[in-house]
Amino acid sequence: MSLFTEFPDMSRSELRDFKKAIDGAFKDFIHAYGQGIEDFFKPLLYFLKWFENLLVGTPWPIMLAIVAALVWFGSRSLWLVLGTVASMLLIGYLGMWENMMYTLALTTVATLICIILGIPVGILMAKSNRMQAIITPILDIMQTIPAFVYLIPIVIMLGIGLVPGLIAVIIYAVPPIIRLTNLGIRLVDPDILEAADAFGASPGQKLWTVQMPLALPNIFAGVNQTIMMALAMVVVASLLGVHGLGLEVLKAVNNQYITLGFMNGLAIVAIAIIFDRTSQRFGKRLQKHSEVIHG
Amino acid sequence: MASHGIEIKNLFKIFGPRGKKYIDAVMGGMSKTELNEKHGHVLGLKDINISMPAGQIQVVMGLSGSGKSTLIRHINRLIEPTTGSVVYEGQDVCQMSKSQLQAFRRHKTAMVFQKFALLPHRTVLGNTVYGLEVQGIGKDEAKRRARRWIDRVGLTGFEDHYPNQLSGGMQQRVGLARALTNDADILLMDEAFSALDPLIRTDMQTVLLDIQEELKKTIVFITHDLDEALRLGDRIAILRDGEVVQQGTGQEIVLKPADAYIADFIKEVNRGRVISVGTIMEPTPIEGDVIVELKPEDMLEVAAQVMAQQEEIRANVRDNTGKLIGSLRLKAVVDAMVTAATH
Repeated sequence: MSLFTEFPDMSRSELRDFKKAIDGAFKDFIHAYGQGIEDFFKPLLYFLKWFENLLVGTPWPIMLAIVAALVWFGSRSLWLVLGTVASMLLIGYLGMWENMMYTLALTTVATLICIILGIPVGILMAKSNRMQAIITPILDIMQTIPAFVYLIPIVIMLGIGLVPGLIAVIIYAVPPIIRLTNLGIRLVDPDILEAADAFGASPGQKLWTVQMPLALPNIFAGVNQTIMMALAMVVVASLLGVHGLGLEVLKAVNNQYITLGFMNGLAIVAIAIIFDRTSQRFGKRLQKHSEVIHG
Repeated sequence: MASHGIEIKNLFKIFGPRGKKYIDAVMGGMSKTELNEKHGHVLGLKDINISMPAGQIQVVMGLSGSGKSTLIRHINRLIEPTTGSVVYEGQDVCQMSKSQLQAFRRHKTAMVFQKFALLPHRTVLGNTVYGLEVQGIGKDEAKRRARRWIDRVGLTGFEDHYPNQLSGGMQQRVGLARALTNDADILLMDEAFSALDPLIRTDMQTVLLDIQEELKKTIVFITHDLDEALRLGDRIAILRDGEVVQQGTGQEIVLKPADAYIADFIKEVNRGRVISVGTIMEPTPIEGDVIVELKPEDMLEVAAQVMAQQEEIRANVRDNTGKLIGSLRLKAVVDAMVTAATH
């Protein structure tokens, strides 16, 4: 009868041993290979540091001009450029310029790494149903598991600092670009693929002349999502000691500084909107050929 | 360019995961319905034997579901056959290795599709060079060759347009230019003009016939339209339920339909445009004064027109060497044009 009233769970001591064994094994693993893992990520650390110093070191008017030029190149919208310049000036005036540069550096590097990792994985997934079956649940876990959970092993492995923060951001932000690369390639019109086959295109030629160009709008939507998710992670990354706007938000939470919190929070929002509008307009321009004029 | 014919021999296609298993049963006479109901496999093609002539247009005609699109895809093996062979230049396409097949598709065949299947992200010029690009031919050379064919199909000035900016007829001109630029012996046309308006369709048929006059390619043309088949086809094969029910020249099919199905098909055909003078003439020339002279390859419509204009009821037939080879009376012309074939 007790079977119905009490769940037949593991005994307390067994459960404790179970957890201890896994934790112990992981710690032993880190003890043995921790240095190697840290060395492996060294180049990443140097690159991120270098990029941060570059952004912070560049005089602000030049930096402003570069960002404005990039926004113009991406969006071809004068309003967006003006909005960008105005909001960046305001953010700087309110004393958040340096922190904004740190956040920009982290987001940019994280996005680049997501693209470099995500697109090949997405292609792999599109090419094989088995790979898709294996990778999809992994992506589901990456997107739904609370970030704090995977922060634990990252901290044990790499301690606190820029690289663990970057890794946490990447884990959270990479799934959309993988998913949308896969989707984009799978959505390519089979009639057009058949035509490529009929002309004797090799699998590589099909990928580069048909599948990737036609998947590009979707891949771009993935990049956009990845950027947004990376920005959303900067506050969590600040728990790992990443400086920037996120760290200020964290300070504000800890000390109940309302103004500080909102200022930095809204600065993150401003950056997000600039990134989003620019990349969306750029993505739209990529699809210019699909405009129907007549017929 | 020396073209070669295509020999299709004993070709079977059974769609489904275990098609090979049922091949003996189908050869033994199992029907399409039985195969589908009892075993869940679909009979696509059954014992196809067609000898497609070199340098001519072979039309494969049939209604939807007759297997004609399946058949044309066996020639460049976009669909794997269950058994049988497709022989070109002494080589069986069905036995080719992957790399052989790739080379065959690149250099020997080019295809035009019903739904155009153009690359939407590329301009007219970018689409036209595609075959050459796949072959690895340099950009400048490819563009030079492509421009020639863009011009030939009448798209000069549209090189930088995207497919979506063009009408259906113009899109298919791009499809044709893309295939012709490949400079392949075999041109596969899968219902290439079916999606076009009737007037534009006739226009494209003329373009194709003009080009064929010059190039003498081995063309396989799929259509469901009998008028199109009769206009274009040097030879026609009619497909029904995956089987060839009749093959021959347009005249042969119109004059001697193999069964009621085909007889029904050809009822509405303008016979005057299909049957030639040579087919119905008397083998003895008329002595004395005969004003009208015809050629044996003239169609009856032309013969009737000429005789009516001259108000003559008799005509002599003279062949290209200048010899009188027969005669024709207006009554015979009219009879052949209006009498429905009996069998």
